[in-house]
Amino acid sequence: MSVALTLQVGTVARRSILRTLRQPAMVVPALIFPMLLLAINSGGLDSATNLPGFPTDSYLTFALALTFLQGTMFAAMSAGTNVATDIETGFFNRLSLTPLRRVALLVGQLSGVIVLALLQATTFLVVGLSAGASLEAGPLGIPVIVALSLLTTLGFGSLGAFVALRTGSGETVQGLFPLMFAALFLSSMALPRNLIEIDWFRTVATWNPVSYMLEGIRSLLIDGWNGEALALGFLASGGLAVIALAAAASALKTRMVRA
Amino acid sequence: MSNRYAAAIEAEGLVRVFKKGPRAVDGIDLQVAPGEVYGFLGPNGAGKSTTVHMLTTLLPPTEGTARVAGFDIVHQGAEVRTAIGAALQEAALDPFLTGREHMRFQAALHGLPRGERRQRGDELLERLGLSDAADRKVGGYSGGMKRRLDLALALVHEPRILFLDEPTTGLDPQSRTALWEEVQRLVADRGVTVFLTTQYLEEADVLARRIGIIDNGQIVAEGTTYELKAQIGQPSVEAIPAEAEDLARLTAVLERFGEPVPGTPRGATVRLSGGEATLADVVRALDAEDLQVEHLQLHQPTLNDVFLAKTGRSLEGARQEEEQAREEPTERVAA
Repeated sequence: MSVALTLQVGTVARRSILRTLRQPAMVVPALIFPMLLLAINSGGLDSATNLPGFPTDSYLTFALALTFLQGTMFAAMSAGTNVATDIETGFFNRLSLTPLRRVALLVGQLSGVIVLALLQATTFLVVGLSAGASLEAGPLGIPVIVALSLLTTLGFGSLGAFVALRTGSGETVQGLFPLMFAALFLSSMALPRNLIEIDWFRTVATWNPVSYMLEGIRSLLIDGWNGEALALGFLASGGLAVIALAAAASALKTRMVRA
Repeated sequence: MSNRYAAAIEAEGLVRVFKKGPRAVDGIDLQVAPGEVYGFLGPNGAGKSTTVHMLTTLLPPTEGTARVAGFDIVHQGAEVRTAIGAALQEAALDPFLTGREHMRFQAALHGLPRGERRQRGDELLERLGLSDAADRKVGGYSGGMKRRLDLALALVHEPRILFLDEPTTGLDPQSRTALWEEVQRLVADRGVTVFLTTQYLEEADVLARRIGIIDNGQIVAEGTTYELKAQIGQPSVEAIPAEAEDLARLTAVLERFGEPVPGTPRGATVRLSGGEATLADVVRALDAEDLQVEHLQLHQPTLNDVFLAKTGRSLEGARQEEEQAREEPTERVAA
């Protein structure tokens, strides 16, 4: 990467991080709500661990993976909303009038959301492990969980940015949130796939990439080092990231129609 | 690439058609000389901003060509952007960043060396009277402060050509005057070419050496303020009778001295075919008919008269209607 490009990425990233961290209304819910749901789920669904074949006797450990996924979805909303706001306020035009390169704009804009995801992942791990969740993979599992979490955030963040760039509307980006939650609910978020008794639900959860993102993180917490679950997790998150980034880059090209 | 050029901005047959929309810009030709302030005057929706967006490379033209700073807006966009600065219609600022952070951000994106970024930013903040507020978040700035910061950001890379798209819309008179002074200083001190769009007649009159009047995407008149007013010719006289029932008689008297033109509904207005010298005759004729007048005024042609003559509509009236239309939904909600 050339010096000029590095400077541009760094400049846009710095602004993205600053504006993210200066919006408590964006940061606090992204930290609090997933943990609130973790507390409710681990308290209310603990008896699910009595089901034959349930992989752990701690529902807290099982549910902790869900917290990371919820966090990434909040972060995606943040990324999309920031881009949409820039378009709606005309800030995007300001950027377009500088020699800023498209790749620098996209990477820089997503940096804020990556920092938020890092903050979330650290908080969720500290809170989860302090509350008694296990980490079978040991300390080396921590950077892998964080990496998978950041990759997933990049994927969902790029998806949010794509929608924002295509529509230029913050409201449409907000409309993505229920869809993301539907994808979460139709995954193995509450039960392992092999314990889902309803056929269609199990089939949907099996085809749903969110299941593999969850299971990748969950495997480090419950199983230790499960190569297949990790590979599928990284494949699902990486695949989403590649596709969504390509879509966002294409939408950016259309949006930034400058000569 | 040579940057020697005769005109700072030149456009030929510039057209922009939006999908399922009208021809927002419909064949504009213009030439702006280096160091000139060119006023682009017209009501909302006339095509002013679309023209600016095309000239600043933000929007490709559907037809036609234009060169800015000697560079083609379609094929040499990067060179055009290096030569220009722009403060577009909305002061596009990030409410979560401070004024100083904005300046550094903009300076870095323009590739200014690290040492220069701080210096240039601080200089411009000082020049535009924003030093005291430089470390405050922009979300707390007044409209005038935002506009001044917007202008400072447009100047950070020392552009040769400046596009100002309705820079004073919504500002109080004091902020408007301060911005005008800054624009005048830029032109006088640095020879910057300014392309200014506005819907304020006074603004065009004060700042611009030449004015183009745009309506429905077409330039309907162009020239210096003096030339445009001269096209209208004679002044008009407006009279309001002391008694409303005398309006018909008063109108008949006035029409002996020239063609009627739109004016107050309480009185009559005519363009004096004999010029302002006939005003005394008008007064004598009213007196001879024993007509008492509440108000009698001679109007020299204004840019609004030029707009009225060229488009059949009053620019000030159009703006007031737009402002009313904007306010009405709010009133309904409040009710």
